[in-house]
Amino acid sequence: MSRTPLVAMSEDDARYVREAPAPALAPPITNVGVLGWMKANLFSSWPNVFLTAATIALLAWIVPPTVRFLLIDAVWSGTDRTACLAPEGGDAGACWAFVRERMSYFIYGSYPVGERWRVNLFFALVALGGGWMLWLDAPYRRLGAVFFFAAVPIASYVLLYGWPTIGLATVDTSLWGGVLVTVVVTTVGIVTSLPIGIVLALGRRSDMPIVRLMSVVFIEFVRGVPLITVLFMASVMLPLFVPPAWSPDKLLRALIGVMLFAAAYQAEVVRAGLEAIPRGQYEAGRALGLGYWRLHRLIVLPQALRITIPNIVNSFIALFKDTTLVFVAGIFDFLRTIEVSRADPKWATPVTSATGYAFAAIVYFVCCYLMARYADSVERRLARADRR
Amino acid sequence: MMTERSVETEPTKGAFAVEVKSLHKWFGAFHVLADINLNVRHGERVVICGPSGSGKSTLIRCVNALEDYQRGEIVVDGVVLTKNLKRVDEVRREVGMVFQQFNLFPHLTVLENCTLAPMHVRKMPKAEAEATARRLLARVKIPEQADKYPAQLSGGQQQRVAIARALCMNPRIMMFDEPTSALDPEMIKEVLDVMVELAEEGMTMLVVTHEMGFARQVADRVVFMDGGQIIEIDTPDAFFSNPQHERTKLFLSQIIR
Repeated sequence: MSRTPLVAMSEDDARYVREAPAPALAPPITNVGVLGWMKANLFSSWPNVFLTAATIALLAWIVPPTVRFLLIDAVWSGTDRTACLAPEGGDAGACWAFVRERMSYFIYGSYPVGERWRVNLFFALVALGGGWMLWLDAPYRRLGAVFFFAAVPIASYVLLYGWPTIGLATVDTSLWGGVLVTVVVTTVGIVTSLPIGIVLALGRRSDMPIVRLMSVVFIEFVRGVPLITVLFMASVMLPLFVPPAWSPDKLLRALIGVMLFAAAYQAEVVRAGLEAIPRGQYEAGRALGLGYWRLHRLIVLPQALRITIPNIVNSFIALFKDTTLVFVAGIFDFLRTIEVSRADPKWATPVTSATGYAFAAIVYFVCCYLMARYADSVERRLARADRR
Repeated sequence: MMTERSVETEPTKGAFAVEVKSLHKWFGAFHVLADINLNVRHGERVVICGPSGSGKSTLIRCVNALEDYQRGEIVVDGVVLTKNLKRVDEVRREVGMVFQQFNLFPHLTVLENCTLAPMHVRKMPKAEAEATARRLLARVKIPEQADKYPAQLSGGQQQRVAIARALCMNPRIMMFDEPTSALDPEMIKEVLDVMVELAEEGMTMLVVTHEMGFARQVADRVVFMDGGQIIEIDTPDAFFSNPQHERTKLFLSQIIR
């Protein structure tokens, strides 16, 4: 198989034997370190150069005034509005003095001052139980589950609402407010919406037409109505039709509204996960003699929930922010307490509203971001198990 | 000969392990099984073959009620299959099933795959279930894979886990639905070897397969199906050397090269 080369090669080019190993050289400075990273990530192409420049310009435009407002020009202490008025010839910064003075109202609402230790204890119980559940390698997780799903709710009810026979004075829910209400509504919503959602999702896929129909009707109806409408009906319309004596507590009505609303969304999320499980998994389970509930509990749901974790957490984050809508039912959640406070003449300044909203935004952002990060870590943990 | 062996091993509830009596099944308007009559004796190995779409998988899926049927009767180990879920579960406990696509539970380890049903259906204590599972994993020659996840195993290993998983329920009958059709050629043998051993131990087996070598080696009878009907049933010797029906001859001429 001799072929004539297109270009005649000299004897030297055609044969080569290496006599010494090639030395290992340092890479060019533009390939490594900060310069290399910038070249690869910020200036790899002309569009990228443009985006980098645009981003820097945007940040330069936004960041300095924000920092100046929130930190540099901010007023950290004071007793009333005069502290937060703009100094002569200067700009007014955030009025943190206002937030500081109102902080206890933001946390407890109108909960009687002398009883606020009960709220603190409630926060501690929720944090302990929630942490126990969220820490996946925690010891005694079964005990933790009993604690969180049985002991904490009962203890919370007794603590927050009161039980005169054991010396805890009744505190009407109309006095509850602030972070307390937000935590109550969010926790109840998260803890109840997933199980109810699972049941609804299974119902929607049931072989029994009545069960299926009822699930579909419920899900589609609740999904088709804005949450604000559900809450409005619960708070305003229900009392018109139901005698006052029968009418349940205002907060409880809102809780149920949020719970059912979140459950309907969660049902669709879970259903998406159920649809993704191959038929063979059901058949293998059934062939082993597993009944409907065991099949779902042991085989189908563990796989379905695992693949829907990002969506479930997404719903939880949406739910957390939606709790702000309970104000239409006349309930003073965290955001509402800020709303009310910013209208207080004692603190009326041009920056009070902006400060209040900035504070709310920071708190909500931190909470949502933590939820997202936690979900991320769980996902990565499961992905590690999947790679196996 | 085969029946004698089964009489020795265990007292049996019915005269036959599986009785299928004039079974008819329709998928919508499509008559997928027509007038199926088949009795499988205890300890007997029956291989069902036929072209794809002939209804052979559907037939064995009817036997453990993964499919329902419209006319006729199926009796498994003396239990008549009805719509009654309790009876269905009773039958499924006694009938092990191995699928073409393995259908292992991907979120559980090999060992957990094997212990799940014994623990939750048979209420076997965990230690006992695990001991049984390890023994059966050794029997299918993969004891060292017990703590891995299905995705880490080859197809042949997964199918052997599936066999072990079914055996962990201590079934009286084992059914195989094209157990080697999804496997690479070099893995087919390791699965067939396990099945041959199982047959030699006297397990009642109902096998849908295209592996004619396996049929020749272990089957007591070969059933040929086409178009939703049983065309011919015979011993392997007679079936392969002297098929009676035209369609059987055609099928064999196509499948054996």
